[in-house]
Amino acid sequence: MDDQKLKIKAKNSYGMIRAESIFKRSLIGVGIAMVVLVAGLMVTLIIESLPSMKNLGIKYLWGRTWDPVNNVYGALPFLIGTLLTSFLALIISIPFSFAIAIYLGEYNPKGWLSNFLKNTVELIAAVPSVIYGFWGLLVLVPLVRSLEMKVGVLPYGIGIFTASLILAVMIIPYAASLGREMIRLVPSQLKEGAYSLGATRYEVIKNVVIPYTKSGLFAGILLSLGRALGETMAVTMVIGNTSMIPDSIFGPGNTMASVIANEFTEADHTLYLSALIELGLVLFIVTVIINMIGKRIIQRFTNE
Amino acid sequence: MNANVKYRVAKSKFVQGLIFFFAFIITVPLILIIIYIFKEGITKINWAFLTQIPKPVGEAGGGIVNALVGSIMIVLVASIIAIPIGILCGIYLSENKTGRLSYWARLSVDVLQGVPSIVIGIVVYFWVVKPIGTFSALSGSVALAIMMLPILIRSTEETLKLIPFSLKEAGLALGLPYHKVILKVVVPCGISGILSGVMLSIARIAGETAPLLFTAFGNPYLNTNLARPMQSLPLMIFNYATSPYDEWHNMAWGAALILLFTVLLLNIITKLTTRRWNVQL
Repeated sequence: MDDQKLKIKAKNSYGMIRAESIFKRSLIGVGIAMVVLVAGLMVTLIIESLPSMKNLGIKYLWGRTWDPVNNVYGALPFLIGTLLTSFLALIISIPFSFAIAIYLGEYNPKGWLSNFLKNTVELIAAVPSVIYGFWGLLVLVPLVRSLEMKVGVLPYGIGIFTASLILAVMIIPYAASLGREMIRLVPSQLKEGAYSLGATRYEVIKNVVIPYTKSGLFAGILLSLGRALGETMAVTMVIGNTSMIPDSIFGPGNTMASVIANEFTEADHTLYLSALIELGLVLFIVTVIINMIGKRIIQRFTNE
Repeated sequence: MNANVKYRVAKSKFVQGLIFFFAFIITVPLILIIIYIFKEGITKINWAFLTQIPKPVGEAGGGIVNALVGSIMIVLVASIIAIPIGILCGIYLSENKTGRLSYWARLSVDVLQGVPSIVIGIVVYFWVVKPIGTFSALSGSVALAIMMLPILIRSTEETLKLIPFSLKEAGLALGLPYHKVILKVVVPCGISGILSGVMLSIARIAGETAPLLFTAFGNPYLNTNLARPMQSLPLMIFNYATSPYDEWHNMAWGAALILLFTVLLLNIITKLTTRRWNVQL
């Protein structure tokens, strides 16, 4: 009888030990899987864009014409389109995101009004990009068109300017919420010191808060930029989709992400497909570098 | 007060006004979008809209049941794939703060968080669609699962970091094996934080379109076979919104209303449950 009990006990603890080692191993396995997944993403992109790298070489990046019918591929129009839309959106969004960050971090960190603003900003980040695109296409485009008629440029309505406007709204939350976190980290002794010397609120913000959070605010801008570069759907829907180098910010264009979205399923031969994938590879590398720099800056800032 | 002080105070007041103005003007586009979509969408939604498949252009009526069912299925399968992996990886990272593998795994999560969704679509096309030989709902789920992972992992890791170490010590001191301490003590303590991460990640991917373009592809008919192309709400909105037909625009408004409110509701529920945890996501 006793023998039987001991046997069961031994069996149970053996099971426990086995379960424990399975658990530990699966934890490590999942960790490895993450590394493999990301490495696999990059390797797949590189392998699939090899035909285009071999055939077109490095001059692919500054080729001015994109003409799949005649097998001519140059990525310059899309690089310019991407940079134009992203930086325009960034410039439009910065006053708003900094204002939100300063308001929530400095003027009014608590209370229902700041909670309302904070939640609004978070909901802006939550709205799906295809809905921004749809709304932009049917509401914003006519508005921009009438604006363009007043200014006296060709009234396309769709184009780089419209895409930048929508992008600006979409990226505000990223810089704003990060900026708020950073501004709240400013030690109150520094601010109190400035106040006690007779500084006004504006002077405290300008001479204490902003210099102290400079690098954090910059990181927020970088993360916003990373978002803007990779944003696909909203931009695809309002940018106009032409493969020419845009002649003005009001003209139609194409970004790297939007050209992939439009032409990937139509690409009927290897070189065409692989040229599109090379665009994806460039996009991947650029956004990863920008994000990594941004995250490093935040890490250094919050560890200080 | 002399003139200089007055000037400085006035300047400070002016800047304050400017900052308030710029900060609150951001609520305008959100409110405009919500009101406009509500106004356009609410009149389109009725029983037939929710239960019929789309009719060809020119015929009145028709619905979006294929997109609704497709969206639910694709997101559900993506969650089934991503949630166990994401939570396990979050546990791994919170348990191993230093070490070579956890450094690389953490770096990978950081990289993955920044990868544009369209790039994930391309890669999944080569991983799943090409070997199978057809666009399929399953490939769409895989793409969305990859997008869910970073959010899941981050929220699990951050939540578990907040659990007091003494709880774990108490469990170990009682002689519990390691996996029981984690699964029966640490994880249950942080379960509401982990669940809100799960909901947030679902809210994030429910509206994703770009990774589905080359994977789930879309389908004008009702399909429940995971190995075939499947329609989803965001895909349908994209295809119908960029079409020249007014009837399709109308259907897209209805679909946009459903999608927008689902996503916003998920976010608000998450917000209410995370208040206790104060986790940064």
